[in-house]
Amino acid sequence: MARNNTLKVTVIEEAETLTYALVGTPAIQHLAKLEKKLTAVEARSDLTVVSWDLSKLEKMDTALAMLITKHNSLLEEGGCKVVFFALDSDIEKMLKMTRDHAHFNSDFEPQSESVLTLVGSDTVERIKKLGGFFAFFGQMSFVFLYSFSHLKHMRWKETVFEMYESGIKALPIIALTMFLVGVVVAYQSAAQLKIYGANIFIVDMLGISILRELAPMLAAIIVAGRSGSSYAAQIGVMKITEELDAMRTMGFDPYAFLVLPRMLALMIMMPVLIFFADISGVIGGMLIAKIDLGLSPSLFLDRFVEVVKVKHFWIGLIKGPFFALLIATIGIYRGLQVKNDTQSIGFNTTKAVVEAIFAVIICDAFFSIVFTNLGY
Amino acid sequence: MQPIIRVENVVTKFGKNLVHDGLNLHVNEGEIYGFLGPSGCGKSTLMREIIMLEHFKSGSIELLGEKIEKIRMRAAQRLRLQWGVLFQSNALFTSLTVAENIALSLQEYTDLSAETIKDIVAFKIDIVGLKQFDGTLYPSEISGGMKKKAALARALVMDPKILFLDEPTSGLDPISAREFDTLIVKLRDLLNLTVVMVSHDLTSIHNTLDRMAVIDEKKIVAEGSLEEITKIKSPFIERFFNEGLR
Repeated sequence: MARNNTLKVTVIEEAETLTYALVGTPAIQHLAKLEKKLTAVEARSDLTVVSWDLSKLEKMDTALAMLITKHNSLLEEGGCKVVFFALDSDIEKMLKMTRDHAHFNSDFEPQSESVLTLVGSDTVERIKKLGGFFAFFGQMSFVFLYSFSHLKHMRWKETVFEMYESGIKALPIIALTMFLVGVVVAYQSAAQLKIYGANIFIVDMLGISILRELAPMLAAIIVAGRSGSSYAAQIGVMKITEELDAMRTMGFDPYAFLVLPRMLALMIMMPVLIFFADISGVIGGMLIAKIDLGLSPSLFLDRFVEVVKVKHFWIGLIKGPFFALLIATIGIYRGLQVKNDTQSIGFNTTKAVVEAIFAVIICDAFFSIVFTNLGY
Repeated sequence: MQPIIRVENVVTKFGKNLVHDGLNLHVNEGEIYGFLGPSGCGKSTLMREIIMLEHFKSGSIELLGEKIEKIRMRAAQRLRLQWGVLFQSNALFTSLTVAENIALSLQEYTDLSAETIKDIVAFKIDIVGLKQFDGTLYPSEISGGMKKKAALARALVMDPKILFLDEPTSGLDPISAREFDTLIVKLRDLLNLTVVMVSHDLTSIHNTLDRMAVIDEKKIVAEGSLEEITKIKSPFIERFFNEGLR
């Protein structure tokens, strides 16, 4: 078939008459050259007659017809006459069609707004979103309370499944990361403590910092990255494919079926994850204490029991459900915010993770202040 | 008229599941050709094989003079510029407006000025029966029928030789579906297209198709015009055409 898509254009000028002779088969990929020639002619004003010799043109396509039609209409506006030579019926049909369907003044740019309008509409949008978040929170609290007064209707199966998915499956990565954090923190502090010969104090340092702050934070950040994003994407896609609407029409409340199990599962599993993060973090620190400072594990643990009060452990653990609530709420809320296009899935998933981590850190700071002021 | 698509002895297997057991058919230049058959018979699969989205196990498919089973990358790319595909779910890019969706190939494959691209887009928008204003909207802001038309305009933008349609009238109301039939026939006449479609819609089959192939039980049970097909004795054909039309 026509593999040699070549179009030769010859321009002949006699007195005030310009003739284009087109030879060959046009291909839309190679029309730019012709376009340039035509633009150059459009800039002139001394022509009175332009004629087209299309007798050796093998085929007409719509893009070429478009260029010719537009060129002619511009010239005719300038008072120039346009003639066609030897027009065969197919080509004429195509030219007529382009004349019938052409729009030379369409503008597909979205209308631009003034800065003031943009700021205004953005503000309104944000206020609405805030309202939307409260509505979501209200709905969720309602379902939460309702489900607890009707324990039979609780979706236990889904909850357990989610506990496995976002809890148990996250254990290895959280344990490994926390072990490494324990190693790093111990290594850095050992270097400083050695200077003062205060080797034994590494136990106090590690114990309090890991149990109270590091383990809960790290577990929350990893869970936010793992589960927060997956909740947002999952629920977002379900919204696009109208699965959420289908559930509603079948009488399955998405909040009871999707939201509550995820939230509950994360709130139950978070303290468990923190507990394991505590253990592996301390083990990491103990290893470095042995290697770097020559502190035997039994000495380490003796000192641990002596100086690290159990309240630090509880404070770390108690933060778990709160972090979990934030992560799950933000992830699910972001999922429900997905609009009917693919881009908003990516956007909302990113937002879910970033906002969840941010919220966890804010919450942690809040706890820190409250517990310190309470004297714990 | 010469064949523009030739399918010879095509065998398709998904794992152990034999889908096509030696299909033979040809599509002539300038005709509207349909693949019919019960659901799950592999109509869409055959179309996906022709447009190089799916592989077949053995046999040969020739398209515009190229054998696609051992095609080189460049030749494949050249083929892709000579057809337009309208997917069942339209597959418009949701992050782009209708006009941007249509303009995409022009921007990628030609050096035309933005002005000319805009004119071509405006023309295609008009010819499929959309309003110019619709070009500024996003796919999520327009109705199902309009999405179909927009996707059709995108498929037509490079002046393809062949247009592939996967169940073009599914999900449209009867009035829009009939409009779409008329549009396809009109465009075929105006743009000298060859149209290949998968269809279930009896009225659409009746209104548009010149020739068709019926796939059933992994084979082509009939190929020809509607008149020829309805004469052939086959349980599926009798059920499909007679009971369906009653």
